[in-house]
Amino acid sequence: MVSQSTIQKYEMVIGLEVHVELKTKTKIFCSCPTDFGAQPNTQCCPICTGMPGTLPVLNRQVVNFAVKAGLATNCKIASDTKQHRKNYFYPDLPKAYQISQYDLPLCEHGYLDIETGNGTKRIGITRIHIEEDAGKLVHLEGEGTLIDCNRGGVALIEIVSEPDIRSAEEAKAYLQKLRAVILYTGVSDCKMNEGSFRCDVNLSVRKKGEKKLGTRAEMKNINSFQFAVKAIEYEFARQVEALESGEKLVQETRRFDQNTGKTYSMRSKENADDYRYFPDPDLPIIEITDDERNALGAEIPTLPDARKAKYIEEYGLTAYAAEQLTIQREIADYFEKAAELTSHPTLAANMILSDVSRLLQPDETEIPIKPEHFAAVAQMSGDGRINSGTCRSLVQMLWEKDIDPEIIVREKGLEQINDEAVLSGFVKEVIAQQPKSVADYKAGKAAAFQSLIGQVMKKTSGRGNPVKIKELMTELLED
Amino acid sequence: MKDKITKMTVSELSGHLAAKDISAVEAATAYIDNINLVDGDVGAYIRVTAERALEQAAEVDRLRAAGEKLSPLAGIPAGIKDNICTNGINTTCGSKMLENFIPPYNATVIDRLEQRHVVMLGKLNMDEFAMGSTNEYSYFKPVHNPRDLSRVPGGSSGGAAAAVAADEAAFTLGSDTGGSVRQPAALCGVVGIKPTYGAVSRNGLVAFASSLDQIGPLTKDVRDSAMVMEAIAGHDAGDATSLDYDWPSFTQGIEQGVQGLRIGLPKENFGDGIAAEVKEAILKAATVYEKLGAKVEEISLPNINYALPAYYAISSAEASSNLARFDGIKYGFRADVDGDIDDIYKATRNEGFGMEVKSRIILGNHVLSAENYDAYYKKAMQVRTLIIEDFNRAFEHYDFILSPATPTTAFKLGEKHRDPLVMFRCNVYTVPSNIAGIPALSLPCAADSQGLPIGMQLIGKSFSEPLLYRAAYAFEQRGN
Repeated sequence: MVSQSTIQKYEMVIGLEVHVELKTKTKIFCSCPTDFGAQPNTQCCPICTGMPGTLPVLNRQVVNFAVKAGLATNCKIASDTKQHRKNYFYPDLPKAYQISQYDLPLCEHGYLDIETGNGTKRIGITRIHIEEDAGKLVHLEGEGTLIDCNRGGVALIEIVSEPDIRSAEEAKAYLQKLRAVILYTGVSDCKMNEGSFRCDVNLSVRKKGEKKLGTRAEMKNINSFQFAVKAIEYEFARQVEALESGEKLVQETRRFDQNTGKTYSMRSKENADDYRYFPDPDLPIIEITDDERNALGAEIPTLPDARKAKYIEEYGLTAYAAEQLTIQREIADYFEKAAELTSHPTLAANMILSDVSRLLQPDETEIPIKPEHFAAVAQMSGDGRINSGTCRSLVQMLWEKDIDPEIIVREKGLEQINDEAVLSGFVKEVIAQQPKSVADYKAGKAAAFQSLIGQVMKKTSGRGNPVKIKELMTELLED
Repeated sequence: MKDKITKMTVSELSGHLAAKDISAVEAATAYIDNINLVDGDVGAYIRVTAERALEQAAEVDRLRAAGEKLSPLAGIPAGIKDNICTNGINTTCGSKMLENFIPPYNATVIDRLEQRHVVMLGKLNMDEFAMGSTNEYSYFKPVHNPRDLSRVPGGSSGGAAAAVAADEAAFTLGSDTGGSVRQPAALCGVVGIKPTYGAVSRNGLVAFASSLDQIGPLTKDVRDSAMVMEAIAGHDAGDATSLDYDWPSFTQGIEQGVQGLRIGLPKENFGDGIAAEVKEAILKAATVYEKLGAKVEEISLPNINYALPAYYAISSAEASSNLARFDGIKYGFRADVDGDIDDIYKATRNEGFGMEVKSRIILGNHVLSAENYDAYYKKAMQVRTLIIEDFNRAFEHYDFILSPATPTTAFKLGEKHRDPLVMFRCNVYTVPSNIAGIPALSLPCAADSQGLPIGMQLIGKSFSEPLLYRAAYAFEQRGN
């Protein structure tokens, strides 16, 4: 193992290639449906299985969706663009070439701004191009390999980032941001578990301060943010270790095994395929007029960054908090509905980021509380009618059964106790009952103070105003 | 009259069918009988679909008896080159690879012919995957030129040309990538046209070189060619390269003559390598046009001699990609081999393809490879632009170009087979119009001293088919 101090001398350089399945009703070059999970080979035809004599005809919706994705990621959109053939043999590719794009992609020179613990960072997007997906091989133990062509010809966009990413955290933030932006545009459902948002990681390492890029490894088809983080962390350590032990790295494709958390060499680039790209003579040049581009741009809803800026400006949220809130469109929509119904929108935002996100499963976005109920809780909390602990448990209660929170507060008597006479009575009782804690506090043990406060809170059944209790406790202990 | 059915042109037979003095079943039967009689010697057909033809013919007769208004092509017996997909009928491309391939769909041209109740006699022999100029590269058997059975019919639509010349079909459909309709038409003494690129849908034509391929008819005379084009040309949403163009009639106005038309004779097409008799025949045809009132002048197409090498780079490049799908996995031939997927690929493609196809695939992969792309493929595409510009300049001043179709008349089987460079020369005059995407028509203009047909070629700008038909018809009618 290489020591932490050695690792510190290196930095990683990461570029990401993300494949996103577009949610067009039909495939890119034929009219087959694209529904996920159908019986094998029930969603294919002579065209998408590459039968002799068949021809591709481009589904224009694919171009429209890709243009939207390009505009949403600040790309320049080409006024005319070509489709190329990428030639290679593989059983999931019945034509033995994939129709993709090469030197004239649809979108270029874009970027996304991401938020990490170190602040805002801009990640360049080299290009976005359209292409067709391949079919799927199903390996059956003892029975051989079967081919399912349902996925073959489903429309994809490939989004290639600049090698601007320097940590697993940045990679994850970029992937989340990219997914958020694509989801906002509505051109894909970005379901990672169904493979409609999958990622190839290109990673190299170099000594900090060096300009020259190291030898990179490519890790293909990573289908969760967590796996991306794990693969990056493992691969970074592996490459540093190799360099430190004097090993020469080779450019290669590596497979990330999600069970072991390690990457394994698949093939080195020395014997890689020459894809013999050339313009597909079956497909004319794609033209996109300024009017078409503008019309597509007008269909894109307010994107996360615009919302983020508004939240920072209007609700005084930090950039990080605003990013978290906007990263999922449904959550941001929910927040905006609730924010309109309370005079404490900032509190509502913080409640979503803490109390609500605690209850949401990863990738889940549906909050089972009516926005008006949620706003009412924020209102009570902001007005001081309930304390923060009650606020959290109210959210939990509504999550389980969504009723008017006023009724719960009334029936269960959850209103905050602000009456200083009542509170100081409890404080005095606790001081009298806990001489040891009092002595500890006076001896300078800070923890003892918290324990005393906890005792008071218990006596109020969790309803006491914590700020006032602290004030009274400090005051009375001084005496 | 029934003895003569197979001698009739499409327009003559169409008239008799419409007048009901010949039934469609009689016509189909006459052709089937003649195929049975002569095709053992000619070898034009890979598969004869006699039963189906008679059913289709009977249907035409029923419809006609019921007073339905039918297309002029209804009941006309036709043959189809075996690289054009026919639903439920083997489409072999002249290859072992697709010997047992039965497409579950029709090419668009077949749909168009079926809508017009054309009777299909069968599938025609061809050089494997349309690669060749003699039809000796058919996996199944060679085709013999009906004008002299010891000679080649040309290729790759050798079966399609021979079938028309031997009265084995009233018309046929071929495909032309570098001359594969016009060159065999010239060698067999029939009329063949390579339409404007995109005029006829390629949907269902098994691709050789997608940017060059066009389907075209082969017929006994010029009017027949125009009649068939009227049926098959037109926009098809299933082919993204199909032209959305409002074609005028190809037959109407065909008799208008050539008075006042300007004809260019490219000097580059009369230089080295042309047989004296061919040269003489074309120059004589030029004087015929002058007599008919056209103005003929020598012109230059300075880059046209680069068309042939550019063609071999581009067509082979596209072919290497188009033919990659024949890998033994989903359809067609698969070699019986134990081993991994690469072993299956290698054995299948090694056993399934003939030498000519393999050599073009190798050439195509070579010109597309990363280290050669710029030197060959890109350069060839630049030459393509130069040739298009040459033609554009010529058509500013001339209505069409008159050229030989082939450097020589039909040669003996086995004669050129061994030398690919000599073979390539067969298409030296036909390739430029594929490169430029413009229409070109080949029609018989004379016979050489051995009685073999000589073909001449009329080349026009895009969409000029009606004018080419007018000019070809005027020449054809010259004696009358």
